[in-house]
Order: sequence, then structure tokens, then C-alpha cells
Amino acid sequence: MGAVAESTLSRLRADFPILDREINGHSLVYLDSAASSQKPRQVIEAMDSFYAHSYGTVHRGVYELGREATELFEGARERIAAFVNWDSDLSIFTRNATEAINLVAYAWGRGNLGPGDEVLITEMEHHSNIVPWQLACEDTGAKLRYLSVPESGELSLDELDAVLAEGRVRLVAVGHVSNVLGTINPVEEIARRARAAGALTLVDGAQSVPQMPVDLRAIDADFYAWTGHKALGPTVGMLHGRRELLKEMRPFLGGGHMISRVEREHSTWNELPWKFEAGTNAIAEAIGLGAAVDYLAAAGMDAVRAHERELTAYALERLPEVAGITLYGPRDVDRRGGVVPFTIEGMHPHDIAELCDREAVCVRAGHHCAQPLMRVLGVGATARASFHVYNTRDDVDRLVHALNGAREVFGL
Amino acid sequence: MDALYRDYILDHYKNPRNFGELDPHDLEWHDHNPLCGDELGVHIVVKDGRVADLRFHGQGCAISQAAASITSEELIGLPVEEVAGLDADWVIDQLGIEISPTRRKCALLGLKVMRGATTGDASWPE
Ligand SMILES: Cc1ncc(COP(=O)(O)O)c(C=O)c1O
Repeated sequence: MGAVAESTLSRLRADFPILDREINGHSLVYLDSAASSQKPRQVIEAMDSFYAHSYGTVHRGVYELGREATELFEGARERIAAFVNWDSDLSIFTRNATEAINLVAYAWGRGNLGPGDEVLITEMEHHSNIVPWQLACEDTGAKLRYLSVPESGELSLDELDAVLAEGRVRLVAVGHVSNVLGTINPVEEIARRARAAGALTLVDGAQSVPQMPVDLRAIDADFYAWTGHKALGPTVGMLHGRRELLKEMRPFLGGGHMISRVEREHSTWNELPWKFEAGTNAIAEAIGLGAAVDYLAAAGMDAVRAHERELTAYALERLPEVAGITLYGPRDVDRRGGVVPFTIEGMHPHDIAELCDREAVCVRAGHHCAQPLMRVLGVGATARASFHVYNTRDDVDRLVHALNGAREVFGL
Repeated sequence: MDALYRDYILDHYKNPRNFGELDPHDLEWHDHNPLCGDELGVHIVVKDGRVADLRFHGQGCAISQAAASITSEELIGLPVEEVAGLDADWVIDQLGIEISPTRRKCALLGLKVMRGATTGDASWPE
């Protein structure tokens, strides 16, 4: 079944112009999609064509270009919302996932948290789902708590229940898929248990929307944030939220476009979703993300997920051939996304990435914006390979080859 | 031979000189590279206005560990006030390899903490 997925998706490689590049005399092997994915021609062309033929600002122009731009922009919002099965007027364009989470931390957090309340996150969160809550807790007197990440890399629902049972948690903020370990967290179950305990749930979907089917109605969280540039699109983010909450919340940023009427001393707010979109949007980026979700939908998110699973399984099978390697994250590829973190005894991840680059193999090295998790794992940094539709088993072979070469340079 | 990972660089990485801690010590400093999270600390004993002994500790890549090791050798015996005059070019010169912009902070972290300990200057060497 995996082999079928690979052969169906490998024809998509031709859609990614960057894969024609050679670096240091080698064809490019891009294994850093968890940081940011490459873009297919269809996305690049949608943005080019908007700039070349239809550019105008949105929601203001009475003229034809303004109308076209608004149609393309709002049309993109509708398709993006449908892609994750949510209402388009509850789907807000942001700069990225980070801004989407900050929007909630400011607009909901500042108005609703106080002394005695708790915000519950996990030890595997990305800094962008940690720091906004640290700041919100500092400002409101609420307390930040962490669910632990055991050796298995999987959260304990019993621990979640125990913390929720204390009755102080107002919000659970959790990543859907870990950008370091790949763990797929049971966010549907987490949201259900949180709600039963009177808490809201925010899901950081930065790593999930790009690589697996995501149905927001099924997950039924209160807020869901993600970022376009990891999903074959440009740098623009999304926040999806529950209607009652978005209606009640104060705006995040004030300015043009988010208002209904501005008096000298106060203002009233525009309708959803524009109440949360102050200032001129990143219009071409939104249109580009619309093209990206069209592309992913045509590829089929089940096929994308099968492809990621197959490559992850292949990497977990081949990487142990490299002497001195340690792999992190869940063993079961049904419970992890397309990311494989590793360290090699006697070689720092920075040096691993540097030497892989000599063979045009791009892997990430560092703390992956997850320093608390690095401390739990007991490492300062790891190297990480991650996959998207354009990767092949051959890319994994090239990685193994580069790693063996790197060990030789280090005399290991 | 590799242009970056020369034998002496790898030797300093695998067998760092003056690695460890010194207790008691007169000066200490600790810092990290925000890009990769690598950490480095230093303990220094001062006698007659000179760096009489020095140990560094922490973790990092081959470039940062080798640079700290090489810098430590140069610092021992140096009048404390002369450490302030050492800059980025000096470190890169001592390393004897070409340092790309992405590895610059790796190379400079060692001097940064050693200069911090002796001068209180927390900025990156220029
Ligand atoms: C799990 C996770 N959350 C949030 C982010 C932040 O995404 P962005 O930088 O686009 O806001 C990332 C990406 O770096 C991520 O991997």
C-alpha cells in the first residue's frame, strides 16, 4: 500500500521547480519541510497571476480590480475553511500560527484569565505555544502548567484527567503533531475531556494540517491555529474559532478594516472574521494558500498521510544502519507524523547538518524551537529529517549515505 | 583533508584543552547561542592581573568547542585587561579555517563567555 502511495505522489515532484536545483554538484534533497515546505508551481502561479492581472486591495475598491481581488481573497478563505471543515466567517487570516496563538492569548486570555486560573500546555510544545501563555499568565496572575512527555513521546490522558480534576484549568493549549517527535496527539479526546472539565482547548495545528486529513468539526476544539508556509503555501496563518467565543472576545489589533464605526472615544467592531483582521491583509499570500489547499485536496490528504507514513517507516528502518545513531519519538508510525529526529554519538547536530549540506541533503539541526522538550529528552539539540509529498525513498537513502560520510569526516 | 573539519579542529573538539570546572575561581560567566541552544560556561583564576588558570564547560558543535578550546589556550597567561582587546577576527585567525555566516556565532561563543568573565561585556565579539 505504501509503495502505491509513493508511486502516485512521486509524479507531483515535477510540480516543484526548486527540485531542479543542484547544490554542491548534487541534486537537491529537501528534508526540512517541518520547518517550511517547498512550493508547487500552482501556488507560485496563483500569486504571480494575482499580481500581474488582478492586483487591488480588498473590501474597498469600487472598481473592477478591487472586486476581483476581494473575490479571489474571500474565495480563498472559503476553500481554506472547507479544507479543514470549518465555517469561513470563523476562519481568520493571521501572519502565521504564532500570531494566531497570540491572538487568542491576548483577545481571549487577557479578558478571561485571572489569579487562581491555570493554562495547561505540554512539554512538547513549540515556543509559539509556550511563550504567548507565559506572557498571558504574567499579565493576568494565572498559572502555567505542563503535561509531561514520557520516554514514549506520548502524552498521558490520565495525567490530563488528574490535572483537569483539580478544577483550575481554563484553557488547554496543545500541539496536534509535535514538530520534534512527530507524536500525533489525541486532540479530539483532549478537547472532549477539557470541555467536560469546563476548560477551553486551543490546538496548534502547524504540523498537522500540512500532512494529514484534519476535520475541525470532528476535533471540536475551541480554537485551531496553523500556518500556510508548511502546507505548500506562502507565509500566512489561520485561526479557526468557535462563534460564541470570537463574538465575545475583544479585538486583538485595532486599526482599519476591523471596525464598524469609529467615534472619537470608542469604536464598534466589524463582523466576523474581519473584526480580527486589522489593517490590509497579506492578500496574495491568502490567495496562494487557497491554491495550496486546492493542490493538497487534489493530491488527497489520505494519500499525503499514507506517503508521510511510508517514508517515516522507511527512515526508521534505514537510519539505524548508521552507527551511533539515536532516534527519538514514538516507534509506531500510525501514531507519528513525517518527522524523524536523531542524534549521532560523537557528532553535534550542527556538524551533521553542515556535512549533509555538502551532499545537498537539507536537514535541520538545533532545538527546533522546543527548548523545554530538549531538556526533557536530555539533549541540547537534535538533527531532524522531515518529509512532504515531493520526498522519496531515494531521499532517505541519500540521507543515510550523507550521514555515513559525515561519520568518516569525523573519524568515527 | 576536509577544509572545515581539519585534523586539529577535530582534535580540539574530541580532546578539548582546559575543559571542566575550577573551584575556587575568581571569575565566571555563562552564556548560550540562541540559534542552536548550545551552552558554554567558564571559570577563571586570576593571579597578579593575569589569567592564571581557566576551565570551560558546556556542549556545542565541533566549531564552537574547538574555538573555545583554542581560545582558552591563548588566554592562559594573558593580562586580564588584554582580553577586552580580542575580537572576532582574532578568533577566526586562531581557528585558521573559513567560517561561514551561519557558523560565526559557533566560533565566537568561547571568546564571548571568556570576555564576559573578564570584562563584564555581554555583547557578541565584533
Ligand atoms: C508545532 C509548531 N507550532 C507553531 C509553529 C510556528 O509556525 P509559524 O512560525 O509559522 O508561526 C511551528 C513552526 O515552526 C511548529 O512546528
